[in-house]
Amino acid sequence: MSVSFPDKEKKRVEEIIEHYPQKKAAIGDVLYLAQKQFGHISPEVELYVASLLDLPASYVHQIVTFYTMYLENPVGKHLMLLCNNVSCMLCGAEDMLAKVEKKLGIGPGETTKDNKFTLWTVECLGACEMAPCLMIDDKLYGNLTVEKLDKLLDSVE
Amino acid sequence: MAKVKLITRFFEIEDANLLPIYEANGGYAAARKVVTESWPPDKIFSTVKAANLRGLGGAGFPAGMKWSFVPKDAEGPKYLVVNADESEPGTFKDRHIMLKAPHLLLEGAIIAACSINAEDIYIYVRGEYYQPTQSLERAIEEAEDAGFLGKNIFGSHKNIKVHLHRGAGAYICGEETALLSSLEGFKGWPKLKPPFPAVKGLFSKPTIINNVETLSYVPIVIDKGPEYFAKLGVERNGGARLFGISGHVKKPGVYELSLGTPMRELIFDHAGGVRGDRKLKAVIPGGSSCPVLTADEIDVNLDFDSLAKIGSMLGSGGMIIMDETTDMVKVLLRICRFYAFESCGQCTPCREGTGWMTRIMERVASGEGTSQDLDDLYDVAGMIGGNTICPLGDAASLPVLSFVKKFRAEFEAKVSAAKVPAASGKKSAGEEI
Ligand SMILES: Cc1cc2nc3c(=O)[nH]c(=O)nc-3n(C[C@H](O)[C@H](O)[C@H](O)COP(=O)(O)O)c2cc1C
Ligand code: SF4
Ligand code: FES
Repeated sequence: MSVSFPDKEKKRVEEIIEHYPQKKAAIGDVLYLAQKQFGHISPEVELYVASLLDLPASYVHQIVTFYTMYLENPVGKHLMLLCNNVSCMLCGAEDMLAKVEKKLGIGPGETTKDNKFTLWTVECLGACEMAPCLMIDDKLYGNLTVEKLDKLLDSVE
Repeated sequence: MAKVKLITRFFEIEDANLLPIYEANGGYAAARKVVTESWPPDKIFSTVKAANLRGLGGAGFPAGMKWSFVPKDAEGPKYLVVNADESEPGTFKDRHIMLKAPHLLLEGAIIAACSINAEDIYIYVRGEYYQPTQSLERAIEEAEDAGFLGKNIFGSHKNIKVHLHRGAGAYICGEETALLSSLEGFKGWPKLKPPFPAVKGLFSKPTIINNVETLSYVPIVIDKGPEYFAKLGVERNGGARLFGISGHVKKPGVYELSLGTPMRELIFDHAGGVRGDRKLKAVIPGGSSCPVLTADEIDVNLDFDSLAKIGSMLGSGGMIIMDETTDMVKVLLRICRFYAFESCGQCTPCREGTGWMTRIMERVASGEGTSQDLDDLYDVAGMIGGNTICPLGDAASLPVLSFVKKFRAEFEAKVSAAKVPAASGKKSAGEEI
């Protein structure tokens, strides 16, 4: 299967490029767009993005590996980012991790067998007033307790 | 000196994130005034300078002064870049501004752009901030529709466009030169200064980078006048700022206090004191890179100069409270891991040093460390600071130096004196034969 954006996304790439005096600067958002479209940034996707922006594929690869939010490998249906930086740690992040490990049977970096959840432990999410907190996909959940987390995990489709 | 409501006023007004509500509460009056009265750049930055508004991203550099560094005769485009990367552990104030008062930020950015004659503003938002990004997107659209952004803003001849740029998960991109590299489509690697961004910044053009909160105070300074703002604070530390307080505290959250407010007042009056009424053990005053304070050191006023005087920093205003049950060794290990993970790896002292410190701390935390380890830790930390391209090196070493120095007994207790390597020849404190 060859990788290519549908027309709507192709137009979006043009719009992104418009924001910058140099095409290369569009790489960040184009990668996000590609990730949304193709799930993760495989070598084929890197090649495709490179062709859109007139860059070498190796350059795109460097960028993908430098930033943590570009996915080089597939993840489960939902990506869970569990903060374990200082404020969250002080407020029980370890209990949250233990709960996820017990309930879903996965540790950091792992994906459940049914491919529903991938768990990452991450640095401060900028929501320390809600510690302990986590994100599931693009949603932030805070002031967690083991019970609340249990319910939250049950509620995710 | 106490609680004020300048930025937080908008947090309390329902729907103040929406343009009509923001405008009904005095929003965009300052930008309209500056633009329609064609304030010359000097007038803008001297006003902001007179207000003693300090940069609130961490370093505390006077805002008006920074703007005046853009060469007047520079040809071609100039840029204003808004640092909305907010990733310093313990810091969350900018998120609140973007969610609840995005127009205040946009208004401040318009005024700052006028002061340097920039027609393009880039807002670099950290990748994980989905809702704040949406809030900004909506605000930008509203402001464009109202004619406050885009061509001929406020009916003038000025054009100002705002571009949103999403980061993708790299703490180092909060450092201003790394942020610019990242915006240009490179890896977020810091660069040596000079050249300073004000002279050669984004796409090699003169560029000013300011934090979200710094810019959000600008319309308030213009509205209320610089004297009012300056007087709220203390000498050289004008106005107020948002303090984010988290950790072992009863009421974590964002509190806006005039600069110079006693730290004790924030912790015990506004934030309700230590959770479970336990004893306070330590405070990280302004993001995880600031030297830690012991409970005996909290009789300090919250302004840049007062914290510098006692060897710490006001930083980003993100305060972390630790009670008597806190394991300081564990906290320091957590901080060491963070900086080791986030080091971009360009400079040997930072790349290697953060790794060494983490490995030593892992040994110490697991009870396999020695007193020699503590000395080594101190030595390594001492060798990083000041020897690197960007301040991440200092950010990584300052916590180590302060934790080990101020909580030495706790670190000593963790290490078993018997395991001093014979080759080191050094006798460590607490060693018994
Ligand atoms: C490692 C590192 C990370 C930083 N992260 C941020 C950040 O997330 N947000 C921010 O505003 N400033 C951050 N800064 C400070 C910026 O380099 C810069 O000083 C600031 O954005 C200038 O804005 P101000 O003068 O308005 O404070 C960071 C600095 C360093 C060294
Ligand atoms: S000090 Fe560290 S983060 Fe900064 S440029 Fe050097 S290696 Fe990179
Ligand atoms: S430490 Fe978890 S959000 Fe800041």
